[in-house]
Amino acid sequence: MLQDRRPRGGRAPTPEQRARRVLGLLVLACLTVITLDARASSPLDPLRSAVGNVVGPMESATATAVRPFSDLGDTLQTNHGLRKDVARLEAANAQLRGQVATAPVDRQRLAELDGLTKVVGDTGYSMVAAHVVAVGPMQSFSRTVTIDAGTSSGVHKDMTVLNSDGLVGRVVRATRSNATVLLIVDTDSVVGGRLGTNLEIGFLRGRGSVGDTGRLALDLVDDSVVPAKDDVVVTWGSKDGVPYVAGIPIGRVESVVSSPRQSSRQAVIEPFVDFTALDVVGVVVPKGTKGDRPVLTAGAPQ
Amino acid sequence: MTALRGAGFAALVCAAVVAQAVVFRFVAIDGVVPDIALVLVVVAAIDRGPQFGAVLGFAAGLLVDLAPPADHIAGRWALALVVVGYLAGRVRDDARSSALGAVLVVGAASFVGTSLYALSGVVLGDGALPVDETLRVIVTSVLWDVLLAPLLVPLLLRAFDLLGRDPVPARSRVLH
Repeated sequence: MLQDRRPRGGRAPTPEQRARRVLGLLVLACLTVITLDARASSPLDPLRSAVGNVVGPMESATATAVRPFSDLGDTLQTNHGLRKDVARLEAANAQLRGQVATAPVDRQRLAELDGLTKVVGDTGYSMVAAHVVAVGPMQSFSRTVTIDAGTSSGVHKDMTVLNSDGLVGRVVRATRSNATVLLIVDTDSVVGGRLGTNLEIGFLRGRGSVGDTGRLALDLVDDSVVPAKDDVVVTWGSKDGVPYVAGIPIGRVESVVSSPRQSSRQAVIEPFVDFTALDVVGVVVPKGTKGDRPVLTAGAPQ
Repeated sequence: MTALRGAGFAALVCAAVVAQAVVFRFVAIDGVVPDIALVLVVVAAIDRGPQFGAVLGFAAGLLVDLAPPADHIAGRWALALVVVGYLAGRVRDDARSSALGAVLVVGAASFVGTSLYALSGVVLGDGALPVDETLRVIVTSVLWDVLLAPLLVPLLLRAFDLLGRDPVPARSRVLH
């Protein structure tokens, strides 16, 4: 067995003992960090924004580098037909292949930006367009994404994030060049919503999962109201638009579940936004925001 | 550990954390991506032992906890990866004996790490999902890591070789 080469007074610890001590110390350190961060105003927030200032730009740069290949993943993941198409195209020449790889992505982005501009026209809100650069893994059991716009573009905590389909989430943290967005399907997310047909209000809670099962649960304030299937839910809006502005479509009623034990009913809402394919999003900013990227404003052409 | 080697490990940890959030999101299954940081910690433990595994697990876990877009209580991934690093280091002889052994250790580590993380969420009431969905996430995550282990483990072991060993054993051999 390996022995410590420098015994100083008494028996020197074996590597196993040393490893166990290190383990104990590190576990204690972790518990300390957890205890500190579990408080409402975490003393770790400065550290978090410092790490964000370093890692955020790295994520943005990596996202830019892998962008031309991004639709390859969609192909593998969602569409067998497209996979076949790619196989067929691989037989074609290199130039064609390159075009096929990047053109749909560019066109898609243009369409999304176009949609965002239309949303600006419809709602009258001013927006900053941003790309989603990183997505939190489901292993962390939270649904968050990083976008490539931060305080330097006028994006701050508690701002509404949407895309051309509807409400995406809200900004929970912003560094100079990046911001973290909590998606509305996260279990921590609560949004005030209003039924489109009868203007009844309620609260939408995320159920945590994305993809085909990404749903929201709507509890109406008035228990006697039964939401109609396919009724559209929009944000009801908070004071001064913090964290959610009013009138943004969230989703439509998929089904209504009533439990016999309680008198309350819960509606299951299918969100309009496809959270597995988030790319271009808009952050609602106050009018007259100045930043290092253009602010989309209703009425005034850029 | 020399400063250069430390910087090398730091760069590896950063690359792993950025890769799993930025690159691998395009192949995510229901949002579950290969846990590159966890595999890195396991390989470190296999290559350098439980002490180093636990230390690198702490560093990598803390970075996962603090780097955007993380929004959970910090220290949870750190705790999970410290334990993973230590345990993987304890069974390093099995992992080094065969390629299959290494893959099995990665799979077991992935199960232990993700479960520990989920458990800490239940204890702290921080973003816990229903049990069936939690299990689905854990199983998918283990499958991902086992699938990528044959590719990642040799690659990372190679990177560790390039970074070189701690000079302490070599010096003591000269002295004695």
